Amino acid sequence: MTADARQAAEQVARDSYGRLLAFLAARTRDVAGAEDALAEAFASALKSWPETGVPANPDAWLLTVARRRQTDTIRRRQTRVAGEEHIQLMSEEIEAASASPDVIPDRRLALMFACAHPDVEAGMRAPLILQTILGMTAVDIAAAFLIPPATMGQRLVRAKARIRDNGIPFAIPEREDLAARLDAVLEAIYAAYAKGWTELGDTSADRMADEAIWLGRLVVSLLPEEPEAKGMLALMLYAEARREARRDPTGAYVPLESQDITLWDEPQILAAESLLHHANAAGPTGRYQIEAAIQSAHIARCVSGKNNWQSVVALYDVLLALTQSPVVTLNRAAALAETLGPKAALASLDSIADDKRMADYQPYWAARGHLAARAGRKEDAHEALTLAIGLSTDDAVRHYLMAQRVRLQDG
Amino acid sequence: MRYMMIIHHDADALAKAPQQELWADYAAFNQALAKAGAGFSSGLRLHEAKGATVVRSKAGKTEVLDGPYADTREQLAGYYFIDVPTLEQAVEWANRCPSAKYGAVEIRPIVEQTAS
Repeated sequence: MTADARQAAEQVARDSYGRLLAFLAARTRDVAGAEDALAEAFASALKSWPETGVPANPDAWLLTVARRRQTDTIRRRQTRVAGEEHIQLMSEEIEAASASPDVIPDRRLALMFACAHPDVEAGMRAPLILQTILGMTAVDIAAAFLIPPATMGQRLVRAKARIRDNGIPFAIPEREDLAARLDAVLEAIYAAYAKGWTELGDTSADRMADEAIWLGRLVVSLLPEEPEAKGMLALMLYAEARREARRDPTGAYVPLESQDITLWDEPQILAAESLLHHANAAGPTGRYQIEAAIQSAHIARCVSGKNNWQSVVALYDVLLALTQSPVVTLNRAAALAETLGPKAALASLDSIADDKRMADYQPYWAARGHLAARAGRKEDAHEALTLAIGLSTDDAVRHYLMAQRVRLQDG
Repeated sequence: MRYMMIIHHDADALAKAPQQELWADYAAFNQALAKAGAGFSSGLRLHEAKGATVVRSKAGKTEVLDGPYADTREQLAGYYFIDVPTLEQAVEWANRCPSAKYGAVEIRPIVEQTAS
């Protein structure tokens, strides 16, 4: 099998997993039970397909076996009439679904909304989506999130119990709630992407970035009218397009302004531009679209050589008003240094200097060190860079900062 | 949650490490610990484990032995303290420790004394 064909096959399997699980779990809200049933269905497929051949419609076959499993389990647990009615309904549904398998209702979006429900612990939303929609194992998720596998496993089990016990609905929220709830879904997917972005050169994290982009595409395809979903996908693609350029051949970290633009992935950039264009058709409405617009501006500047820092600062102003996030203040300062100079940029950081979250936030100290160095405040720069070095977890970044600190003494 | 972060060094790996860079990294790391606030402190670095002495008292009889307590490749080399809300953050602080590259950092939550 060629790599392409294998990838295509994997894509189909991945597509089916989330689709089947979402369908199986939608009525019972028992995600763990649905996973068990589906796992057994896959296991019996592995046993019988080599003998009988792959059925014409593998999805319908898997669904039928899994649903039978599921009804058996429910029957064992509850023998009340209500239970029987429930089973009856489920069986009718499954028969309808396997009779016309092309229309197995796609409930993945509803499942994602359940996983990113406010009742689910915020930190577990991304892992839950990765497991239920993509079928990723707790071990793989744990590796990307740097959590012991057993701990991740326990947390996933707890989160699923919560969905079942709290009766969290498997539904796409009504119009008025949609924006806020969608935000949680997008945030979870973006968190998964960020895991794959910040850890340079880590293979489990690289894979996580691919999975997050796949999920982003899925959300865009299921909610084609939502500009923020497109904005987030565009944001991920802009970052992904520059992945290769972030390291030089020796593995050293390369900041944006020094990157070799011939290493950027042009098709990904064009895809991002097009998504952003569609998202902004009715004017930008959310943080992901603005963040994507900032990335678009960075790329335009590097490609054309035309200074556009003024518009970058303006975009950050909008983003700051929207999010009130200290991280935005920090990123805005870097842009401000290009328009009003490093001293003004440092002054703009005073508003977040006492924020406790900044105390051990590596990018804060790296930015402070960088700005202080440009402002000629060598002592401040040395202290901030030292802290940034101490807070780094990545060797490439650590070495980059050390070189900056050395230059401080030379210059 | 307060954690004691216990450093176990692989003596061979440590001997091969670029020493100057390692101790420069450590200076930066300790400064970051000091800046992180109350509940964080750089601990102490211990002499090599082969210089250890182990004492046991059994039924009134005292036994004194040379060498480290555990006969393993990676030996207790030092410790530091952190105070963070989640295990994720503790893992991050373990990852930042320069010793993580030359052995392992064990994360142990500290038993808090409840007021009686």
